[in-house]
Amino acid sequence: MISALFFYLFASLCVASAFMVIASKNPVHAVLFLILAFVNASGLFILLGAEFLAMILVVVYVGAVAVLFLFVVMMLDVDFVELREGFLQYLPVGGLVGVIFLAELLLVLGAWVINPSMPQTITAPIPAADAISNTEALGLVLYTRYVYYFQAAGLVLLVAMIGAIVLTLRHKPQVKRQNISDQVARTKETAMEVVKVQPGQGLSQ
Amino acid sequence: MAELWTIYLWPLIVMVAQSVMLLVILLIAIAYILLADRKIWAAVQMRRGPNVVGPWGLLQSFADLLKFVLKEPVIPSGANKGVFVLAPLVSCVLALAAWAVIPVDDDWVIADINVGVLYIFAISSLSVYGIIMAGWASNSKYPFLAALRSAAQMVSYEVSIGFVIITVLLCVGSLNLTAIVEAQNGRYGLFSWFWLPLLPMFVIFFVSALAETNRPPFDLVEAESELVAGFMVEYGSTPYLLFMLGEYVAIATMCSLGAILFLGGWLPPVPYAPFTWVPGVIWFTLKALFMFFLFAMAKAIVPRYRYDQLMRLGWKVFLPISLAMVVIVAGVLQYGGLAPK
Repeated sequence: MISALFFYLFASLCVASAFMVIASKNPVHAVLFLILAFVNASGLFILLGAEFLAMILVVVYVGAVAVLFLFVVMMLDVDFVELREGFLQYLPVGGLVGVIFLAELLLVLGAWVINPSMPQTITAPIPAADAISNTEALGLVLYTRYVYYFQAAGLVLLVAMIGAIVLTLRHKPQVKRQNISDQVARTKETAMEVVKVQPGQGLSQ
Repeated sequence: MAELWTIYLWPLIVMVAQSVMLLVILLIAIAYILLADRKIWAAVQMRRGPNVVGPWGLLQSFADLLKFVLKEPVIPSGANKGVFVLAPLVSCVLALAAWAVIPVDDDWVIADINVGVLYIFAISSLSVYGIIMAGWASNSKYPFLAALRSAAQMVSYEVSIGFVIITVLLCVGSLNLTAIVEAQNGRYGLFSWFWLPLLPMFVIFFVSALAETNRPPFDLVEAESELVAGFMVEYGSTPYLLFMLGEYVAIATMCSLGAILFLGGWLPPVPYAPFTWVPGVIWFTLKALFMFFLFAMAKAIVPRYRYDQLMRLGWKVFLPISLAMVVIVAGVLQYGGLAPK
């Protein structure tokens, strides 16, 4: 009963905040609602017993990705009223994408309802939830059966990261940069000169 | 009806009672931690610190509490009202929420969940939102600059804290905080805790925890010489109090996390007779307070970092060292036959 109660709480909040993401006028509010939707989705994961996924969702999406979203939305000076004027023009394309996505979801979930052995045929057999904690269960398949996919995903991320760094890396010759090792390597002899100054004469050079 | 009582209502009452008790004790402890912070700071600078309210100034924090609560909260007319009011609540509630999984003694924990460390990591990665929301909603230059700084700073240092936690988890083989403490229970007392074998990671954890909680020398978020009071410029009275409370609760969380990961949680330093009679909660408190003393001393004696130095330290020094340590620790555990089963 309690878990049903929490399911409806998280699910309704998730749907409502997902709607507010596209409905709110202020883009920063939209991102904040997106974060609320993520947090509620992780609540749903916990109800499913997938506590590892729930925490990873919060750490990765809310703690890192959404922060960058918020950053970009706050920093960019975009006139969102102007953007909104062409809204109806994109409606057919958006609607088509939505319909395709819905059809795919229905196909996957429908197959699952019709034939319960379907997930077993496409994924590795997983031990029962009470026999092993799901962090352990994930680790057992992730680093054995799916290790190449896992490494490939890591490689894609690495390439994306290097790409982003290369795109923003610019050498400007006129910018003065500090070299920490040079600064630390300075000694009294190289950095300081002791001069005896006669009164009323000053330094010669 | 009786079933409803035994299955749902009674556990709910027990849980709420436990949480309220923990919160009350925690908040009173925070009041004295705040006072201790000011007293230690003052002692290093050969000042007296707060000494007027109550004997030796012991009631200073409560006087501050009354002062803040009785003042009028001012919301700037240009502010985004909803987000402006929500920000201090978010930062305070998130900081308190982390305490649900912290074990102060064997079995003395509200929620002994499997992924305790990940939960704390997730909550502490959320705490940046309080600051960003405050900085943006204030609709003012200094708070906004502070919000940008803090977001970059906290995201950077979370990376190295994550790697530190991973090395500890490799040695333990579990994400449960109670299991992490139990794994440090050895014959050599304080020499079998993780601070000794993982000493470089302990240092990195300490420095990253300072940066993560925006403590000096990494308090660039509220550097008064550059940003007045940072993201808190437009805040006063109770909302300001909530920010301060959230900040100190987050510091207490980091201190207890350090005590659990590296200083053996509630375990006695010498595992023999007179020391094992002392209740575990006292050892836990002493260790967390020791961590806090280190935090306070760092605040008192280290000058503030420059922002580019902070970023360099996080990305060019801590990240490579902690990455290498993850590989080294994993290799030693695997090929030394020390890996937990």
